[in-house]
Amino acid sequence: MAEVPSETNVREKPVEQIDTVVIRFAGDSGDGMQLTGTQFTNESAVAGNDIATLPDYPAEIRAPAGTLAGVSGFQVNFSQGRVFTPGDRPDVLVVMNPAALSVNIADLRDGGILVADSDAFTLANIRKAGMDGDPLADASLNKRVRVYSVPLTRMTTDSISDMGLPNKTMVRCKNFFALGLCSWMFNRPIEQTLTWIESKFAKSPALVEANTRVFKAGWNFGETTEVFVHTYEVKPADIEPGTYTNMTGNRALALGLMAAASKAGKSMFFGSYPITPASDILHELAAHKNFDVTTFQGEDEIAAVCSAIGASFGGALGVTASSGPGIALKGEALGLAVITELPLVVVNVQRGGPSTGLPTKTEQADLMQAFFGRNGESPLAIVAPATPVECFDMAFEAVHVALKYMVPVMILSDGYLANGAQPWKIPDYDELPDISVRYWKGDLGFHPYLRNEDTLSRPWVIPGTPGFEHRIGGLEKDYDSGDISYDPANHERMTRVRAEKIERVSEDLNPLCVEGSELGELLMVGWGSTYGALAQATEELNAEGLATGHLQLRWLNPLPVEELKRIFARYKTIVVPELNMGQLVRILRERLLVDAIPVSRVQGQPFKVGELKARVKAIVEEGR
Amino acid sequence: MSGEQAKLNRKDFVSDQDVRWCPGCGDYAILAQVQRVMPELNIPRENIVFVSGIGCSSRFPYYMNTYGFHSIHGRATAVASGLKLARPDLSVWVVTGDGDGLSIGGNHLIHLLRRNLDINVLLFNNEIYGLTKGQYSPTSRMGQITKSSPLGVADHPFDTVSLALGADATFVARTVDTETRHLQAMLTRAVEHKGTSFIEILQNCPIFNDGCFEEVSGKGSRIENQLVLEHGQPLLFGPEDARMGVALGKDMSPQVVSMDSTPAEQVLLHDETNEALGFFLSRLERPEFPVPLGVIRAMDRPIYEKEVMAQAERALSEMGKPDFNKLFCGGDTWTVE
Ligand SMILES: Cc1ncc(C[n+]2csc(CCOP(=O)(O)OP(=O)(O)O)c2C)c(N)n1
Ligand code: SF4
Ligand SMILES: [Mg+2]
Repeated sequence: MAEVPSETNVREKPVEQIDTVVIRFAGDSGDGMQLTGTQFTNESAVAGNDIATLPDYPAEIRAPAGTLAGVSGFQVNFSQGRVFTPGDRPDVLVVMNPAALSVNIADLRDGGILVADSDAFTLANIRKAGMDGDPLADASLNKRVRVYSVPLTRMTTDSISDMGLPNKTMVRCKNFFALGLCSWMFNRPIEQTLTWIESKFAKSPALVEANTRVFKAGWNFGETTEVFVHTYEVKPADIEPGTYTNMTGNRALALGLMAAASKAGKSMFFGSYPITPASDILHELAAHKNFDVTTFQGEDEIAAVCSAIGASFGGALGVTASSGPGIALKGEALGLAVITELPLVVVNVQRGGPSTGLPTKTEQADLMQAFFGRNGESPLAIVAPATPVECFDMAFEAVHVALKYMVPVMILSDGYLANGAQPWKIPDYDELPDISVRYWKGDLGFHPYLRNEDTLSRPWVIPGTPGFEHRIGGLEKDYDSGDISYDPANHERMTRVRAEKIERVSEDLNPLCVEGSELGELLMVGWGSTYGALAQATEELNAEGLATGHLQLRWLNPLPVEELKRIFARYKTIVVPELNMGQLVRILRERLLVDAIPVSRVQGQPFKVGELKARVKAIVEEGR
Repeated sequence: MSGEQAKLNRKDFVSDQDVRWCPGCGDYAILAQVQRVMPELNIPRENIVFVSGIGCSSRFPYYMNTYGFHSIHGRATAVASGLKLARPDLSVWVVTGDGDGLSIGGNHLIHLLRRNLDINVLLFNNEIYGLTKGQYSPTSRMGQITKSSPLGVADHPFDTVSLALGADATFVARTVDTETRHLQAMLTRAVEHKGTSFIEILQNCPIFNDGCFEEVSGKGSRIENQLVLEHGQPLLFGPEDARMGVALGKDMSPQVVSMDSTPAEQVLLHDETNEALGFFLSRLERPEFPVPLGVIRAMDRPIYEKEVMAQAERALSEMGKPDFNKLFCGGDTWTVE
């Protein structure tokens, strides 16, 4: 076997310094590309780079092997500067078969690197991918990008052929060859991967050995073969000191909810029904039953939300999570939470719609649903985290608001945030704010809709409290007695109070923060997961001389209208890019009477910075 | 805590709200029996919660001076499940109707029954949608003329008890609004049962479906048509001078036999724990057979919220007390100096 690589190895080949690299691993669903990408990301994090990732897996669980439908990809952008997005176009594309090449090759930037497993480019596979000749031999492709045909499968099996493993098992190790090769190419620290292999396959020492050997074989192949002339290095980014871990949006949400419930001194009840891309929140919470968390997998979305409402009535923090179709089913019950004025946190991890739509793809088309998707005047507080790690902070804030104001709060995440990962500076739990709620201490004249003067919230008196037996429900209640009321004026008064409670949430919110130019030609207003693309575009536009500001809204209801007006006045053009047909833009136009211009994209994919810039520039040009 | 308190009486469970059912509605009688039984249960009033959906019957919680939650149509069972899971210490009651519990809320009902939370479900069956003024329900009989079935109901009805048994309920009983003693006894049995207790209460709606249960509640007919079940006792019914029994025919089908001409051993004995017998009883069809009243099934099965609590305890002993800082660092970490 070749020499074992280690951190101290002196690299023979010259090292080229670069700022930023975007690499995409693509292969068949069974090829382990998600794992390869995640592991490469972890190595890059350990190397001190700033990173952003984009997993992209097929909707089918087991599409036929080798077909276009079965292609799974994972893209990671790592840099010595700040990283806002997983990158528009990869600099490096690793493909494990012709289908993966076919699906991804157009994205690879000119002059980029293509690494392909030449063993997988058999005639049959090429046909399955809908191509005629061997694409790796294609002259125009070879002119456009640097093609490295590597007999990856064969070298994988060669490196472990003496272990007596079945051929199928050997072949399955090939993603570690690709990982080893890329780790070499970008000078990634590999200790972490080696320990990871040990723990991941702890149950099978043979697999530990096989994968370790294949990984090292990949690394050594880069180092020893003539094919590659030099390696690349991306220096560590200037990152705030602290301890970090890689965090996905869904996990951050789960942890934020748990931490907030604990800081509020509440048990958490999580009612849910499985749905992509929200299920991981349920999985995460179900694994932490020692944290005073009860998870309940209801028979449907309605049961999930209703059980959470019942739990809140009982004094727990009720939480439910779903994606658009499930949120639609929860609509009536959300109205019940509004009118009974119980605390409730509702998570919508948005996906492409309508109907079943694009379950595994991202979209922001449920904003109107969040605002208006229920019968009657039934406002919720709405908050949208901008990055995966912000899901933690926004979940924490959402819990606080729900408890303090006795309102349902909707968190709008999406598939991109849910599965995307980002380094998270691990907070100290003890330094998180205390958000404990005070129960009503009054005595005489209690009724369930007596209001706190500041927050307008009603008292949360829970069953088991002697002397305060009372009934609440979905029928309108009298402002003064809490009894059922059909009085016309009372209904309007209660309707206004329910809306006013949401407005009062403003007092707890941070002031808006504009990034980029403080004033100038253009303001881009976004919400949710588009943050990265908008931030990157803003940086580049300013560098190109277009004075551009960027405002990413977190809380959408209440909307700080006056503050927005002041900010909007500082720019000539207001543009609102969204992954929908223009939803926030409608609300801004209506609430601020401003001629804000939508930039829409509904392709189940995040914005590409290049495309976004071009479209925004065209709008500015037109306005001149 | 409440041991010191003076014993409560019926009035303590009467709320200050005016009862708004139609005159003569069977719901009044049910409310009165529930209020009468409550003080006997020795449960502190503040620990009792009535949860309902929507319907005439679902107005019930407003009239009980306990905690109460009038939720949305069909979802009381789901709301109650969350409440019970969050607060296993509470005595949780669900009041629902044949439309609320079997139509829009049918899904939640069967899942509650199979999970077996310790909740008491009272389903007021008047074979009609009362609140919406008289449309047919999933228990309305074929051919029944209602506002939405002027030519008669075309769909086959559910038998409520069969449905509950089919959903693996651990306690299923049936009673009648007008049978005060029997109703009280069933309520007491329901409270005693650990797990979901399901009681179908046959309830008259004098406005939209008057006399729907005349055969079991009417003065003239009740004796002939009530098969009152008692654990370990033979399945006998009818007036003293013309006793009838239920036996198993040669082809395993039910048979009504006259006790004048039948040896007593041939009559089936009731057994609340015999699942097959429960189904058998629930399939006795009017008018050929009498209507079984009483506890049809009572059996033990693990209680859902207890299982959930046991898991939490197991998690605590295996994973230890909550430590957020440890949890946050659960994955791979690295330090930037
Ligand atoms: C979502 C929804 N759909 C329909 C209704 C109208 N609705 C209210 S009660 C009811 C039927 C009630 O019937 P049942 O449960 O038998 O109760 P009863 O009035 O007979 O006691 C209907 C259809 C509603 N309130 N909500
Ligand atoms: S409509 Fe029927 S069920 Fe409803 S209150 Fe009147 S009598 Fe009772
Ligand atoms: Mg009814």
